[in-house]
Parts: sequence; structure tokens; C-alpha cells
Amino acid sequence: MQFPLLSVIVFTPLVAALLILLMKPERKTEVRVAALAAASFALLLSIWAFISYDQTAAGYQFVEKYDWLPLLGISYHVGVDGMSTPLVLLTGVVMFTGVLISWGVDDRPREFFAFLFLLAGGVFGVFVSLDLFMLFFFYEIAVFPMYLLIAIWGWKVTREYAAMKLTIYLFLGSVFALVGALAMYWVNYQNTGILTFDMLQLEKAGFSSQFQYLWFMPVFMGFAILGGIFPFHNWSPDGHVAAPTAVSMFHAGVLMKLGGFAALRVGVMLLPEGAKQWAWLIFGLAMVNVVYGAFIAMIQTDLKYVIGFSSVSHMGLVMLGISTLTPEGLTGAGLQMFSHGVMTALFFASVGMIYDRAHTRMIPELGGMVKALPWVAIAFTIGGLVGMGMPGFSGFVAEFPIFMGVWKTQWLAAVIASISIVVTAAYILIAVRRVFFGEMPAQFEGHMTPISPLDKIALVTLVLLMTGLGMFPNLMAPMISLGVQNILRLLGGA
Amino acid sequence: MNNFLAILPEVLMALLGVLILVLDPLFFRAENRRVSLGWLTAGGLTVILLVSVFTAQPAQSELAFGGMVRFDMFAFAFKMFFIFGASITALLMMDAEGLNLRPEAYVLLLAATIGMNLMAASADLVMLYLAIETTSIPLYVLAGFFTNDDKSTEAGFKYLLFGAMTSAILLYGFSLLYGAAGTTSLEGLKTLFAAPSLFSVAALLLVLVGFGFKVSVVPFHFWAPDVYEGAPTPVAGFLSTASKAAGFAVLLRFFLTVFPQTAGQWQYTLAVISILTMTIGNLVALAQKNIKRLLAYSSIAHAGYALVGVLAASRLGVSSAVFYMMAYILTNLAAFAIVGAASKTVGSDDLRAYDGFSRRSPYLALAMLVAFLSLAGMPPFGGFVAKLLVFAAAMEKGWTGVVLAGVINSIVGVYYYLTTLKYVYLYRTEAQDEEQHPVPVSRPFALALTVLIAGVILFGTLFAPWFDLTVKAAASLF
Repeated sequence: MQFPLLSVIVFTPLVAALLILLMKPERKTEVRVAALAAASFALLLSIWAFISYDQTAAGYQFVEKYDWLPLLGISYHVGVDGMSTPLVLLTGVVMFTGVLISWGVDDRPREFFAFLFLLAGGVFGVFVSLDLFMLFFFYEIAVFPMYLLIAIWGWKVTREYAAMKLTIYLFLGSVFALVGALAMYWVNYQNTGILTFDMLQLEKAGFSSQFQYLWFMPVFMGFAILGGIFPFHNWSPDGHVAAPTAVSMFHAGVLMKLGGFAALRVGVMLLPEGAKQWAWLIFGLAMVNVVYGAFIAMIQTDLKYVIGFSSVSHMGLVMLGISTLTPEGLTGAGLQMFSHGVMTALFFASVGMIYDRAHTRMIPELGGMVKALPWVAIAFTIGGLVGMGMPGFSGFVAEFPIFMGVWKTQWLAAVIASISIVVTAAYILIAVRRVFFGEMPAQFEGHMTPISPLDKIALVTLVLLMTGLGMFPNLMAPMISLGVQNILRLLGGA
Repeated sequence: MNNFLAILPEVLMALLGVLILVLDPLFFRAENRRVSLGWLTAGGLTVILLVSVFTAQPAQSELAFGGMVRFDMFAFAFKMFFIFGASITALLMMDAEGLNLRPEAYVLLLAATIGMNLMAASADLVMLYLAIETTSIPLYVLAGFFTNDDKSTEAGFKYLLFGAMTSAILLYGFSLLYGAAGTTSLEGLKTLFAAPSLFSVAALLLVLVGFGFKVSVVPFHFWAPDVYEGAPTPVAGFLSTASKAAGFAVLLRFFLTVFPQTAGQWQYTLAVISILTMTIGNLVALAQKNIKRLLAYSSIAHAGYALVGVLAASRLGVSSAVFYMMAYILTNLAAFAIVGAASKTVGSDDLRAYDGFSRRSPYLALAMLVAFLSLAGMPPFGGFVAKLLVFAAAMEKGWTGVVLAGVINSIVGVYYYLTTLKYVYLYRTEAQDEEQHPVPVSRPFALALTVLIAGVILFGTLFAPWFDLTVKAAASLF
């Protein structure tokens, strides 16, 4: 029997969460060390999964399947393909850096790390599940700890409001998707006589195009809400802003990918006809995300809101790539999910470090941070270059194929969407100039303690990933295109 | 053939009751009476549970005692959960001042449980009515047990008045059914409803009032919040779980026996009641400031979700409704247990009294988190699987509208359950040194809560054996 790699990845954070809860609350350092150990272990395993994914064989790998509730065809079925392997790696990275950044959490760190790991376990679970029941199971596990993490450890001003708004939005989405999933389950039973939640079986269910037309939107949009799709995006910036740093990183870095990924896996892959019929609408909404998100980001004065809306804009690119249903667009979407995850984790980490010292995030009140926090300044700037899609960084590798896909679908849209790149460049450069350069306001003198070595490790890890992928796109692009081929096969070679 | 095994658990419980009444005056000394009474009841019930599981499992469905009770897996599964619930309640009663030294409280608990067991098993209108009364009368007394406390007295009396009224209506319905069909056996009513007349439908509606009261669905729910608020907390927990589940056992058996296995008007009636119950229960729960009232309205809403499974009227529908009730018994007992323990220390049932609770007692707060998230229908807890199953069952039969109403309602639920957790985890008490005083946890309480929380997690993760049990239970109705 082969080593159950994916199960170990999924259960590492969950078991760690339980063990951490059993520790004494006042032994804060031990709790942190245990959390870091678990996160490092999960990171190593996810790197291993990424490296040992066999690209010549393609398809789903590291598959494990056990009966869970055989009477209803519910199974514990995990496996990763070219699309999900990078996302597993991303989760490992964000989990690891998130723990490093959260070293300073002093209010009940035991509960903080336990909930954070519950969230991480849920996210891993969604990325690896091949069973629809299991996907929902882990999806909900990934969502509810967000509420507690934001409400308890978040920014005092808006945390209660933002946490509840986020939770309600996400659950609203997920329950509509759930009803759609149940509809698929029963129609598959009518068509094939097999009761199963197994997605590889449901792919072959032969849903009628009328059925697909009816249920595609609830399912796709249900998940896409978590991906921040317009007009259901506005939980996301509020949530980002209110969340504590590590949770913002998780939220924007991984959780929004969960939405994009599940929308792709359940919406597009199980209901391909529906996807073709509704692609125009998703395309349009994603266009709004991209352009509108960028413009809104431009006028924000709170640095965290700038990043929050930039996420809306960048996740719009992911949705745009998906909605083209072309090989280029889908590959770009896959790359963008990874690239944006790392980039936005880096952004939020940097903002968190500034806020911890300056106690403000308002751009006009900041300035001259480059002298006090050179590491943060460099990291943020590199993140900004990624966000603008500069060649040599991962953002370019991801956005270029998306625009190619869009051009093939509708050239005018590609022109309009490319406006967002200009706007993105504008708001990022403005933020960099105002926050890091110029005169440092007098009241910050003496407060700007240097960042800790742990913070530096986190920043360097994230920066290396982005530049590495930018220089050597072949590290990931071929793998993702393997996953894309599978999707295109379901779409009927479109 | 009178199969004695059909009523073995009830006979044993009656014996246990006698044993308590005999042992108490003779042997139990004042200083350890609390411990003796509680452990005797809880331990006795556990033994009965184990004995029944190992010796009294029905092989196939059969009628016993002249057609009065049915001996089948359906009844058996419910019985085991009632006995389990009673045993947990006995443990929790040990911490309730005013109940824990009174042998009659434990005996009343046993009597009510005997009634519930018979409710799940009755196959005849006369037996059914007797069983319902055997359940209700001890519960009226228990709800009003604190005679010096106005709220408890009010609760008991209110429950009695509502109960007596609906029971009269139920009996009237039964008499009409008997008049029309000429028989009191449930099987015999089948022919009557093969071609329903206006008369029989009217009788049915009267019966529905009685059942609706037991499971507290809208519009027969008004008693629930007042009674839960006033009744001793362990009793309220028992009322909201086992008693409600017994009502569902009756509802399921009655409708599935009496009606042919096709969609009918009664399903539409139940659909309307279900939607109303979920919606009103959840919406009113939003406005509650008292945690017992909040749980009361949430328990009304949960009756609505379980009805979603009932109205599917399929094998999956029945097993999902049974599963729902079992998961709900575990979860809500846990919720009431924590509320009972907490209110003694924090001094009130007000939501604000839970400020700083997680700093005061981190593990109790965690248990509360588990219980409330399970009520809200989150994985990996029992509530998630239960909700998913009832919705799946309704989708199979094409009740998409009801399912949509259900899922939207569960979002409303998420709101108030999370709001409660906000008090527990987020807010601080004004006097912060209070947070240094953890809620004292007695040994029976810790045992009960651990079992319940483990059960909630077990139902949410390794649910296959439990679901198999409910499938067997459902199979005996078809």
C-alpha cells in the first residue's frame, strides 16, 4: 500500500488543532512552537506532493478511496490533478507563513492556532476531495472558523459586522450550491441507477442540457461568491480589513481560491453544457470585477482596503480566465490562483507588519517606511510588481495567458480588461510611494522596531516563490495545463 | 403470540422505579442521597439499555399484546435513544438544586420515558393515547417541580393546560377515526384513508393538532418557550429532545401506516407546516435575549427541519428524519446541559451573562461551540449530516421548494447561533476578575457532557453505523 500522502496532509492540521487545544492555555510559547511544527510538516508534505506529482502520467494521483456511507454512495475519496496540486502547495505555504506572522498573537493563542488549523484542514480537504459530499463537508469546515477568527482577533472597529457579513454571504452561496449538488445526485441516480457523490462518476452522468442550464448558475455562483465575484464581492474587502493578519492571508490567499476552484470543479466540470451556455454572463461579471475592482482600489485610503479591492480585481481575472473556456484562459486562471495567493499573502503580511508598528493603515498618515522597515518595503514592492503583471514575476506568467484567452473570445473585452493593468499599476505605485517613501511622520519615530527574523523568513519565502515562478514558469505551467486538458475533455474539446 | 421482549425495557424501567422508591427510605443516608439517587438511575438506565441491545432486538416486525404494540426496529431504535436521553438527564439532574434529593423526580423521569417508549411502539389508537398521557403527565409535574419558583410553577401549569387541551382534541380525533373505521388499530385505518372522505380528513386534522403539540410545530408551539424557560434546565433539555423525538416517532408511524405509500394531501399539509415552523422558529429566535428561550425557538425550528424528512415519506426520508432526531437529541441535550451548568455560576440565563465565558471555562466554551455549531448544521458535527440527509431525501421526491426554504432558514440559524458564540468568545465581563472563577464541573456532569460531545462528533464523522440503524428502523415501516 502506498503512503496516504493526501490524507496525512489533510489531517495534519486537524489533528494539530486538537492537540493544541489540549495544551495549557498559559503556555503560549509551547503552543506557538507546536503550531509551527505542524505547519512546517504540512508544508513539507505539500512540497513533496508537488514534486512527486507524475507529469507524464497526468490524471488524478495519490488517490485514496474508502467507503464512508456506502448506502448513499458517500465515500472518502481524495486525489489531486494538475489543477489542484499547486493549490495544495499554496495552502501549505500560506499556512506556514501565516503561523510565522502570527507569532505575536497574545490573546488566547491556543484557540487562535486551533481555529486557524481547522480552517487550513478544511481548505486542504476541499482541494483534494473527489467526492461531492466530502467537498461540502470540508468546505463548511473551512468557512466557519473564519467567523471566530475575525470576530475574536480582528480589527476592533468592524470585526463583528465584517465577520457576520462574510459568514452569511458564504453560507448563502454554499447552500445554493448544495441544493444543486443534491439535484445532480438524484438525476444521476435516475440516469445511471448508481447512488454516488463521486465526482468522477457524476462527470459521466449525462445531465440533460436543460438540467445543466437550470442548475449551473446556482452551483457556480454559490461557490464563486467565495471567489469574490461581482455583485457578491463586497463581503470580501470588509472581511480582509477586519481580519487579523494571518487570517487575511488565509482568506485572500487561499480561501478565495477555494471559491474559484470549487466553482471550476463542481460547476464547470460537472455541468459543462451549462458552463458553455452561461459563459457569457460569467464573462461579463468577471469583467466588472476586473475593471471596477481596480478603480475602487484606486480611491481607497486605507491600505488594507486597497489590497482587499485589488483581490477582487485579481480574482476577477481568475473568473475571466475560467469563463473563456479556452486552454489559455484556464491555464492562466490556474496560474493566477497560485500567483495571486502568494502575492496577496505577501501584501497582507506587509500591511500587518506596518500596522502593528504604526497603528494606522491610512495611506495619507504613513510615509518614509523604507528606512525603518526596508524588508517590508522591498517585499511589498515586489508584490506590487507581481500585481501589475510585470514580466519576470509570477503575475505576468499568469495574466498573459488569460488575456490571450480573452482575446480569442472577444478582442474588445481584452482591450477593456487591460485597462485594469494600468489602473493596478497606478494604485500600487501610489501606495508604494506614499507609504514607503517621502518623509516619515514624526510620531512614528522610535516606534518602528525592526521586524523579527520569523517575519523575514515568511517574506523571503513568499518573494522567492513569486520570482521563481516568474523566471521559470515551467515549474508549474505544464502541470496546470495537464489539469486543463482534463477540463477541456469534459467540455468536449472546445 | 405475546412476545415479552417487546416491552422488556419498559418493564425493567418500571422495576427500576420501584427499586428507587424502596431503596431511598431504607438505605440512602442524607449525606450521600444525591449521589446514590443519581447514579442509581443513570446506571440502572444504562444497564437496561445494554440488556435491551443485547437481548431484546427484534428480528422482524411483529404485533404483540393483542395488537397494542408493535415490536420492530423502528420502535427499538427510538427506545434506545429515549433511554439514553433519560440516563443523561438523570446525570444532569444530580446538579440541579431542588431536584437532586427527591426520589420522585427520578421516578417521574422514568415514568415519562416508559411513556415515550410506548409511544414509539404503539400500533393502536387506545395504546397510543395512553402512551402520550403517560409521557405528558410526569412531564407536567417535572416542569413545575420547583413549587416555590413562580416561573417553574407557571411553566408546569401552562404545559398542563396546553397539554390537556390538545390531548382532548387528539382524543376527539381518535374517536371520530374509530367511528368511521370501526377499529382502533392503525392497520385498520388504512382502508379508511384509501378513499378519504371529508369526515376522515377532519378527524385527521384534529389528530394532527395533538401530534403538532408534542413536536411543537407552528402553530402549536406557543407553550414551548415559556415552559423551557421556567422548567428546571435538565427537564427542559429532556422535554426539547426526547419528548419531541417521541412525537416524531408517533408522527412517522401514524402517517406511514395509515396512508398508502403515495404522495397525498397530507404531505402538502406537512410541507406548509414545515416551512412555517422553520421560518417562524428561526425568525423569532433572532430576537431572543434569554438563552433558554433562544434554544426553545431553535428547537421549534428543528422540528421543522425534521418534518422535511417526514414529508418525503420515502425510506430515505424516514431514516433521515430518525437520524435527524438522534443527532438532535445528542446536540440539544449538550446545549441544555451547558446552559444548566453555566447559569448556576453566571447567575442568569441572559445572553449577556455569557460574556467572557470562554475565558472563564475554556473547555465548557468549546463544548458549547461544538453543540451550537452542530445545531447550526456545520460539519464535522452531527447536525450537518442530519440536515444534509433530510434535504437529500426531500430532493429525491422533488420537494425543491421546501428544501430551498430549509437551506435559507439554516442561514438564519447560523446568524443567531454565531451571535450566541460571540458572547461566549468575544465579549468581556464588566468585572474582569469574575473571569477567574471557572464554572465548577461535577463528575456526573463531566461524564454526561463528554458522552454527548463525543456522540455529536461521532454522528458527524463516522455516521455510517448510525445511518444503517436508522435505515433498518425505516425499513420496518415499509
